[in-house]
Parts: sequence; structure tokens; C-alpha cells
Amino acid sequence: MIEFKDVTKTFDSKQGVVHAVQDVNLKIEDGHIYGIVGYSGAGKSTLIRMLNGLETPTSGTVNIDGVEISALTGAKLREQRHKIGMIFQHFNLLWSRTVLENIMFPLEIAGNSKADAKQKAEHLAELVGLSGRETAYPSELSGGQKQRVGIARALANEPQILLSDEATSALDPQTTDEVLDLLLDINKKLNLTIVLITHEMHVIRKIADHVAVMEDGKIVEQGPVLEVFKRPKQAVTKRFVNEEVTPSLNETTAVVGQLLEKYPKGTIVQLTFHGDQAQLPIVSEMLKQYTLDLNIIEGAIHQTQEGAIGSLYIQISGDQDQIDGALAYLQKMRVETEVLNRE
Amino acid sequence: MNSQGLGSYFNFSNVDWGNMISSTWETIWLTLVSMIVVAILGIALGLLLFETTNSQNPLAKLLNWIVALFVNVFRSIPFIILIVLLLPITQKLVGTIIGPRAALPSLIISAAPFYARMVELAFHELDHGVVEAAESMGATRWQIIRKVLLPESLPALVSGITVTTISLIGYTAMAGAIGAGGLGNLAYQDGFQSNNNAITLVATVIIVIIVFIFQFIGDFAVKRIDKRAN
Repeated sequence: MIEFKDVTKTFDSKQGVVHAVQDVNLKIEDGHIYGIVGYSGAGKSTLIRMLNGLETPTSGTVNIDGVEISALTGAKLREQRHKIGMIFQHFNLLWSRTVLENIMFPLEIAGNSKADAKQKAEHLAELVGLSGRETAYPSELSGGQKQRVGIARALANEPQILLSDEATSALDPQTTDEVLDLLLDINKKLNLTIVLITHEMHVIRKIADHVAVMEDGKIVEQGPVLEVFKRPKQAVTKRFVNEEVTPSLNETTAVVGQLLEKYPKGTIVQLTFHGDQAQLPIVSEMLKQYTLDLNIIEGAIHQTQEGAIGSLYIQISGDQDQIDGALAYLQKMRVETEVLNRE
Repeated sequence: MNSQGLGSYFNFSNVDWGNMISSTWETIWLTLVSMIVVAILGIALGLLLFETTNSQNPLAKLLNWIVALFVNVFRSIPFIILIVLLLPITQKLVGTIIGPRAALPSLIISAAPFYARMVELAFHELDHGVVEAAESMGATRWQIIRKVLLPESLPALVSGITVTTISLIGYTAMAGAIGAGGLGNLAYQDGFQSNNNAITLVATVIIVIIVFIFQFIGDFAVKRIDKRAN
């Protein structure tokens, strides 16, 4: 188990003291995939680096399985680092080494013999789907393949924890999904705890089971992913969730504008469904009970690790009492509703 | 003797070829020996500069200051003055101030700081993320030097030593002019002072060929080592 206790990190800069991380308390259970999401400068990078001692807290403690990693130095810290793998946004591979030699690198550092390291590396290359590319140099690989090398390298010393520092941020959407699938697969196969930081809600939704949202060095919200998705309390969390649920919000705004011109009497409502609700015929039931005209503007359903989240933009027109009745019905069914415009 | 005419350049009957060949070997020997010592010393000094640059340790800071001062001072002294300046030291070290061996101390002392700066720069230009990745795996400082810094900056180290070696060839000629032997000595004494322009010309051509060969080997080696782009 990973435990951050009252962790604060300050840097002295020319502009004065910068609080990179402030009063962070966080527990991460073994085997979980814990996502830390935040915009750049939120302090998530500093936070994750404390887990392998690349950064040390100014105050507070960081514990892994009872070992206070923030207090270790020298040989003891290096020993601990063998057990924590890390992957990076820009892969950080050694260009002078082949795929196989890159995977052997951490094994050499940990003192394995060349023959042992080679055998293990071959096995790992296969695990991450790089069979046949062992003698290629990083410059000959695609971004996704480079990150696979990064993952194989991070797993070489059989760590209990894998740290992912924006590992998919430099990849295209399809490659991102492939790499995330691989991480999920490894998490299940090896029962590995994964701590990942990202600014993409998509990454959280796809693989994380728990999430913490960071802003200005503080964790403003944390919990199981669906909980946080369902009832985002903080403005920053809402922004992240909206970004994900309505990927083309701008486009929708334009469509809403056009529809407003076309149907000046309509009421436009954004509906958000969580989990089981997304599978119920709530909208069709609403139409049976109330006399309304309905126009669907846009809709999407996203699957998360813990269930589905759906969003639907509809335009309804009819008598005012019918519209009010329909909105009350939706609220009764615990669908989040937001009226975007009403004359 | 018709020494002033342009035709004198092609009066090859005056060239003592045996002497020319042995002088060529002297130049090559001087260049190679000083190159090897400069490479070792330069990498060691460059590494020392790199490792102590951002250190908070007061001892490391002092060391950085001393090495940087040494490098800057000796890099600034014109070579021809350095030879004269180092004469007593050369006498002590080598036992003579005449001949190829006597040229070695000043050649090395002038070129090593120059190369050390190049080495330091090569390390600074490495992607810091790669070093951080090695740290995150629990690598020791020495492992990082041996397995990351040196192999990853090898193309820059090799092209640096190529440039340094080529200026070393120039320095050997200068050293030769004041008695260190080699082609410089030949061109100056047997060529210029004896009015044998043909000897000067042949010595020049040979030096140019040596420079070309070193440049070619250096470029070829860099191309072979560098796996960053294909």
C-alpha cells in the first residue's frame, strides 16, 4: 500500500516560494490503477516522483508497504527503486541500444548477469508484443512501440508498482488505447499497482479504478472513478468530466444555436445518465407520459471501468406544464438535467 | 641557385624522400600519442566539470572552480607561447627540449582543456530524461556515467576528438618549427631556411593528406556509431 501523509513540497524560485504540492493525503491500495488527473502545473508530476525518490517532500512522509521512501538515501533508496518501474511521456530510451539491450538495462543495473538479463529481456519483449523487433534501434520504432519498450524495461526487475508519467500524452488516440490496453492487461496478469498521472480524462476513464483530481498542488477530489464522474463537486473536476462526456462541446453549442433559430419555442436540455440508468428507457417513458416533441441534438455513451456514463442533448417543445412535468420526471429518475436555454 | 622563382616549388630533385618519410612518421606518431592522451584527459576533465557543475557540495564547487580555471587559462594561451612557457617543465618531465617527445607536454596541455569543454558540452546536450530514467531504476552515479553518459554521447565525443586531432596536427607543425621534428620541422629548416620550396610544398601536401585521412576516419566512425537516425 502507498500512503502520502501531509505531504508538502515547496520550491524557491525567483518569483518567490512555489507550493508544488500542498497537504496531500492519499492512500493507494495494492493492485489498484490509481489515476491522478490535473492540468499542467497542478503538481501531479512532483507528487508521482516522490514515489521513487526523484523528489523528496519538504514535509510529510511517503510510505510504500511501511517503508518510508521519503527518508531513504543512497544504496537503500537505489535498492527500493529496483522495485518501482517508471514509464515516461517521451519514453527516455537509450538510442545507442537496441530494443533488447534497452530492456536489459535495468537488469544490468540491478546486477544480473548478461545471460540472465538477455533471457528475461527476450521474455519481456514478447510480453509487450515486440517479438521480432528485438534488434531494432529506438529510432526505427513508432511511438507506440517505443512506449512498449519503456513498459518492458519498467517491468524488468519485477516491480510491485508501476509509475506512469503522462505515458500516452505523446501518442495518437489509437496508439494510446493500445498502450492503455497493455497496461490494463499487465495490471491483471501481474497484480501490479499502477499510479498514473495524466491530463487526459480519457485515460482515467479507460483504465483507472480510482482517481484523484489535483489543482494548485492540492488534491481537490478523490475516490472511485464512477463516484467522481457521477457527482463532480469541484469546478475543475466538472471541467474534466465535461471534456470527456461531451468531446465536441463547441460543435454542440453551434448546433444548439442553429436549433434555437429553427425552433424558437423549444427548450434545450442536457441529460447525464450514470451506470444502470443508461440502460433504462427513461426518455421513451417520458414521451409516453407527456405530450412533447423531441429532437435529439447529440448523444454519447462512454464505458468506464465501473459502468457507463451517457450524455444526451435534447430539444423539447410543447406546453409549458408538459415541459415542467417532463423535467420533474427526469429528476425523479435521478437523471442529471441542465436546461441550457429557456425563453 | 634560382630559389626565388615559382619553378622552385617543383624542383623535386632537392627532396630527400627518406627524410620526408621519417618526418611524416614523426608527425603521425606525435599526433596519435597526443590524441590518445588528450582523449583520456579531456573526457576525465569534462566529466569532472559536468558532474560538479550543479552540485551543492562546497568541495565539488571548489573542484569545479579549479578545473574550470585551469581549462579556461590553458585554452586561452596561444600555442606558440605555451611551448616557450612550458620549456622548463618539459625539461623536467621529458629530460630534453628538443625532439618529438619534448613537444608532447605542450601539445597535450593545450588540447586537453579544449577537448574537455567539448566533452562537457556533449554531456549537457544529452536528454536529461534518459539520465532520470536511469536514476529511477536505481542506477549509481558511476553506472550512469558508464552506461548512459558515455555511450549516449559517443558520436559527439568522437566528432569532438576529430576536430581536436586536426588542430593537434597544426600544432605539431608549429612545434616542429622550433625543434620538435616532424613535417613542420622539415618544412621550416630544410624548406624555408635552405630555400628549398619543393620540400615545403611536399610537406604541406602530406600534412593536408593526413588531415583528410583523420577527418575521413572520424566522420566514418560517427556515422557508424550514431543510431539516432537512419
